[in-house]
Amino acid sequence: MVELTINNLQVKAEEGMTILEAAKSVGISVPTLCHLKDLVPSGACRICSVEVEGMRGLIPSCAYPVSEGMQVETNSPRVRRARKTIVELLVEDHPQDCLICVRNKNCELQDLSAVYGLREHRYHGESKEHSVDLSSPSMERDPAKCILCGRCVRVCNEIQKIGAIDFANRGFQSIVTTPYNKGLSQSDCILCGQCILVCPTAALRENSSMKAVSTALQSKTKYTIVQIAPAVRATLGEEYQMPLGTDVTGKLVTGLRRLGFKKVFDTNFAADLTIWEEANELVNRVKEGGSLPMFTSCCPGWVKYIETKAPELLAHVSSCKSPHEMEGAVLKTYYAKKLGINPKDVYVVSIMPCTVKKFEASRAELSEHTMPDVDAVLTTRELVRFFEVAGIDFEDLNDDKFDDPLGESTGAAAIFGASGGVMEAALRMAYHTLTGEHLDNLELNAIRGAGGIKEATIPIGGLNLNVAVVNGIGNIGPILDEIKAGTSKYHFIEVMSCPGGCINGGGQPIHQKTDKVLQRMKVLYDIDKKSVKRRSYENESIKTLYKEFFIEQGSHRAHEILHTSYHERKI
Amino acid sequence: MHQYIFDNYTKNDKSSLIPIMQEVQSVYGYLPEKVMKEVSGYVGLPLSRIYGVATFYNMFRLAPLGENIIKVCRGTACHVKNSANLLFAIENTLGIKAGETTKDRKFTIELVNCIGACSIAPVITVNDDYHGRITTKDIPSIIKKYSGKQKAAGIEKAEEAGTV
Ligand code: SF4
Ligand code: SF4
Ligand code: SF4
Ligand code: FES
Repeated sequence: MVELTINNLQVKAEEGMTILEAAKSVGISVPTLCHLKDLVPSGACRICSVEVEGMRGLIPSCAYPVSEGMQVETNSPRVRRARKTIVELLVEDHPQDCLICVRNKNCELQDLSAVYGLREHRYHGESKEHSVDLSSPSMERDPAKCILCGRCVRVCNEIQKIGAIDFANRGFQSIVTTPYNKGLSQSDCILCGQCILVCPTAALRENSSMKAVSTALQSKTKYTIVQIAPAVRATLGEEYQMPLGTDVTGKLVTGLRRLGFKKVFDTNFAADLTIWEEANELVNRVKEGGSLPMFTSCCPGWVKYIETKAPELLAHVSSCKSPHEMEGAVLKTYYAKKLGINPKDVYVVSIMPCTVKKFEASRAELSEHTMPDVDAVLTTRELVRFFEVAGIDFEDLNDDKFDDPLGESTGAAAIFGASGGVMEAALRMAYHTLTGEHLDNLELNAIRGAGGIKEATIPIGGLNLNVAVVNGIGNIGPILDEIKAGTSKYHFIEVMSCPGGCINGGGQPIHQKTDKVLQRMKVLYDIDKKSVKRRSYENESIKTLYKEFFIEQGSHRAHEILHTSYHERKI
Repeated sequence: MHQYIFDNYTKNDKSSLIPIMQEVQSVYGYLPEKVMKEVSGYVGLPLSRIYGVATFYNMFRLAPLGENIIKVCRGTACHVKNSANLLFAIENTLGIKAGETTKDRKFTIELVNCIGACSIAPVITVNDDYHGRITTKDIPSIIKKYSGKQKAAGIEKAEEAGTV
């Protein structure tokens, strides 16, 4: 422990702590921009500058360790002036269009400008001219709004280990961009949107589908159906200042009905369906010697990754479509027929925690005769904007229930949104398929939580099934190396691109609150715990679906409608 | 044609990036994207980082040089004799900016700080020829003179290797 003074307060701090951390620990807030928790400080932006007695210049508190007897001023007039100048310079080189900006009221630059009391434009310099990168169906890059804090670069490089974007040029010409400035669609970006979540401004944002959805909702000929991913119900409340970890399923259903959707279904239904097909595929591969380990295929960011970086291993990826794509495909075949409507008139909207799902929905493999399984994907954030435009006071809505039959689901489906959840759900089913019995231990704590690679060995019948959960694409490297070297001991591997899984997806609410991952996960585990049925094979609507339509798992028709294929992607 | 360059460096040694880039440039005259993808795999750095380095340092070029290099002196002596206007005229005539190469790869414009020929300011060079005490009126005829020249060595090499 060391003792120091911060703004006349005696503070005890652990050795090695930064001044910033020590200040935070006693409730003194210091602004930061380039700083990212858990990553090595870069010290680039200087907004966190403080005065330290005996030192000439101002010191970046995010990068400077505390020491015994240190005297720190975090808010002296000199410090405030310096910060204000930094903010003024950033603001001058920034488009002055907050009123029409998607991050209006949720922008760190705006906040700083308010805190440091900017009331006039004191600097009039040349402004950068940049075009917006609209090359991807998932995301937009708007370098004019970039304040060069580097957070996206670091998340992409150090956490996701993709390195799709980096600084280029220098001085006034500096820009964060893709290789050869070619646009995200021509880079190895997996569109996970983790960079959006850390961007302080609107320089990174989703490619919005609100207009398309709005048009469909107004159309007289379209039969609009909406589905909600497991992870959205665990986070949407945060946008309405509800406590972290509030489950808003019931309100969501009501809100979507009010928007005018004819049916409100649950992607959880298709999560159960995915498990029926995926567990069956796993059992077959194990019994008949197919490519093992088998990878899950629910995460389109992961699929894009392996298509780009290790196409030679594509046979290891389950051929199952991801849940919302399965739901869309069932809606446009089985369900449209049941209703007696032309599938071409069915318009399926998915509310997803995810930016890559937009790209996924546009994949040619996921459409039948140019009719996509899913017509449009909205992120959690876009849905909130929809509610606002529609004048819906979300907090005051009553709870309602999903429509049937594609609204029924088990607890196993609910946990899809948390890293490890798909694996757990699949194991519950595979155990039953292989032994005819119910897996007693329903909660596999070894593969829950925040670890980067989580593993477990599950004895099933005479077999010890080795499974792994890759929590965040940045952890995939060693797993792929082992498979290439022929030394992998695993049978089944779940991969989710976003650290924590979809509850921390790139389409989720943006704020820098800590511990959000575990709290959001808890919502989903609680839904599972409270469910009467916790195993996908107990879903009655799915039993009916097979009886009336698919006949059995892995049938010819199931393959046509519920499975897909992949291809090598060259950049 | 560049494999031998890699052989001199250990795989995944990030510090070898700049030397490798320099060698690649000395072979091709610029940094072909195709070769940079291989460099990325060899040194274990993402292509975005390599692009960042390539655009940070003036010495690297991302496009092949034109057959003729026009250097415009921006030193003090030339500056007071209005070299800015010369540059402007050259840029306008060729339809490109300083640092760029024309679509037909005939010309590249470069800026230099001082050519060392202040006595004949304002001065430009085209390849090895000095053109001093000129005005904007002289630009069209100078450019015309070089329009028929043959290809630069770097381009021939790059074409051989199929990288352009
Ligand atoms: S979307 Fe993901 S892969 Fe693409 S630049 Fe952002 S963090 Fe990197
Ligand atoms: S795009 Fe956003 S996160 Fe990335 S450097 Fe610019 S402002 Fe920072
Ligand atoms: S983990 Fe979930 S939210 Fe993240 S990219 Fe994959 S599917 Fe999308
Ligand atoms: S936050 Fe400390 S230097 Fe940027």
